[in-house]
Amino acid sequence: MPRTVLEPRFQVEYLSVLDAEGSLDSALDPGLPPAELKRLYRAMLLGRRLDERMVRLQRQGRIGTFAPIKGQEASQLGSVAVLRPTDWMVPSFRETAAMIWRGWPIEKLLLFFAGHLEGGQPAPDQRDLPITIPVSTQLPHAVGLAYAAQYREDDVIVMAYFGDGATSEGDFHEALNFAGVWHVPVVFVCQNNQWAISVPLKKQTNSKTIAQKALAYGLPGIQVDGNDVLAVYAASREAVARARAGDGPTLIECVTYRLGVHTTADDPTKYRSAEEVAEWERRDPLTRFAAYLKRKRLLDEGLEAAVDEEIAAAVARFEATGVADPLVMFDHVYAELPPDLKAQREALAEGLRSGEPGRREKHEPSPPMRGQRSGKR
Amino acid sequence: MAVMTYREALNLALREELTRDPNVFVIGEEVGLYEGAYKVTQGLLKEFGPKRIVDTPIAESGFTGVGIGAAMVGLRPVVEMMTFNFALLALDQIVNSAAKLHYMSGGQYNVPLVIRGPGGPAHQLAAQHSQSMEVYFYHVPGLKVVRPSTPMDAKGLLKAAIRDDNPVIFIESETLYNVKGEVPEDPDFVIPLGQAVVRREGTDVTVVAYMGMMYRAMEAAEELAKDGISVEIVDPRSLQPLDTATIIGSVRKTHRAVVVEAGAGFAGMGSEIATEITEEAFDDLDAPVLRVTGAQAPMPYARNLERAKTPTKEKIADAIRRVCYANGSR
Ligand SMILES: Cc1ncc(C[n+]2csc(CCOP(=O)(O)OP(=O)(O)O)c2C)c(N)n1
Ligand SMILES: [Mg+2]
Repeated sequence: MPRTVLEPRFQVEYLSVLDAEGSLDSALDPGLPPAELKRLYRAMLLGRRLDERMVRLQRQGRIGTFAPIKGQEASQLGSVAVLRPTDWMVPSFRETAAMIWRGWPIEKLLLFFAGHLEGGQPAPDQRDLPITIPVSTQLPHAVGLAYAAQYREDDVIVMAYFGDGATSEGDFHEALNFAGVWHVPVVFVCQNNQWAISVPLKKQTNSKTIAQKALAYGLPGIQVDGNDVLAVYAASREAVARARAGDGPTLIECVTYRLGVHTTADDPTKYRSAEEVAEWERRDPLTRFAAYLKRKRLLDEGLEAAVDEEIAAAVARFEATGVADPLVMFDHVYAELPPDLKAQREALAEGLRSGEPGRREKHEPSPPMRGQRSGKR
Repeated sequence: MAVMTYREALNLALREELTRDPNVFVIGEEVGLYEGAYKVTQGLLKEFGPKRIVDTPIAESGFTGVGIGAAMVGLRPVVEMMTFNFALLALDQIVNSAAKLHYMSGGQYNVPLVIRGPGGPAHQLAAQHSQSMEVYFYHVPGLKVVRPSTPMDAKGLLKAAIRDDNPVIFIESETLYNVKGEVPEDPDFVIPLGQAVVRREGTDVTVVAYMGMMYRAMEAAEELAKDGISVEIVDPRSLQPLDTATIIGSVRKTHRAVVVEAGAGFAGMGSEIATEITEEAFDDLDAPVLRVTGAQAPMPYARNLERAKTPTKEKIADAIRRVCYANGSR
């Protein structure tokens, strides 16, 4: 009756290509053509500048609460950039840069955060799910999309985003388990930004890495420097190729940092030190990528101004949109408009016309008529 | 028409829809090899194969979420809950995702999903395994909720649910699987969601009841007929959408109403129906609407306690007599 080691081969790799100074490990270089490198940098810069602009718009009361991405640009863009337009992107709630890469117009995103229902509506040919709030619940959907792809023998893969805190939720584990059992084409991208609101990673899990959680479900897990866009790109490209080849799912842990607030309703100075933030600012994903591109003479003069102009034009289009139409709230509750909702919609329309919104005409009580009713008893 | 059990009617509906539409697939615990905890999926794995009859890990939230994802791209998953008691583990997926993704995507993604399985009081299955579950769902905008009482309804409504472009909660009953009845064999026979049915015509009082409670109400009605009380029984069949027109129409005729429900009464279906009647037909009423409901307690295990917890034929008959002022206290 021996006592033996069953699986000594479990291992989790860590991948880094560009260091904090922007020096490249050429053996690991994913070898992107210059145009692609420039496109990635532009998207990262746009993500950063839009984020800053959105914080100001929120402070001015022009959009509502949102989750800024500052510091996570490389994690988002290095991964989303390997998708084809026909692939699926499943966001959580902090994927602004990835969504814009996928073709969400900036003004539409702003409309979303200003509360317009149209802001959450993907274009008809767009394969992105809407932003989701309950942490981790989008992950089983991603597996469902991947199951559908497998079912239809459709050559698409699914990429799903979530945070470090999300890995404590049951739906994360259920999704990885299903993906493992069914071998479906899905890539799970965890943006481990070290914090779940005020809860640091070490209070979220006793695992040394998030990547290793994949091993329990029989799928590969890899940890990458999430502030290194080339490392994220390399790992994502590998995972997507594996999924597309029918070799199943992968979990990618991007080690990154949320440089800003959790959401615009948060004040992180209450729970983390300025030293910690400064330490991560030194590893800023934009700075290092810019340094690398500069050395390769791929950094365009005037890029910042061009990006700001694009944002300003989108903000102007957003501001030119009128207030949300209250009646649309009924339109997509069901695939069709049921009679009771139609009645409520008409009552609200009538109320809005007459200046008494919200009155339910249908149930206006009639005057007491006891004993006066006609008809046989 | 063929005579078959409620279970066979459900099985036939699944078989017909799986045959008709390649996008339909069945997913859940024990639905394949084991043919369903209550054998509703009997023979399906053999006929349609493991891609379409999918046994899953024990993870209600997970496989409900998988169904939602697959539904968003146009598949039509039929998710089986081994019993609806376990659907509580998937409540967020049902309430926050299935019901809302069509709305949140501005109408871009439908969720044509059916979640089906047995629910409601069963025989001695106790606190965590024997409870009325519809209350958790019909409150949620975006969901449809069906409770089919007869084999014919089981078939016609399940087919309608599968063809519906919205998420449909379809709650069967352990106690009805062996009930026999006539069922049309026509594969195009469907019963549209949102149409109540008058199970028994009467003139003195309207009783609204579904599932096991409908059968108990029928027994009570037979008994009361001997005393000259003519009871009309309306079975809503679908609780969301609710066919209030049929209920109100009946009350306008009888001027009295009793609503029966198996679960605890507080803020239950009975409250909703009583309110609808009061708002719409107050002037037609000759007596306050009465509810006959389960006690406000978890389901006990012991047979005699279980009986005391749920509405009986006697309790229903008593309520009917009371709204007719025929209980001797006139
Ligand atoms: C199911 C659920 N529980 C709690 C919350 C509240 N909440 C919103 S974001 C968040 C932290 C998420 O942390 P993480 O997954 O690391 O993502 P991050 O915010 O860091 O991007 C929490 C607890 C929620 N949205 N959903
Ligand atoms: Mg986090």
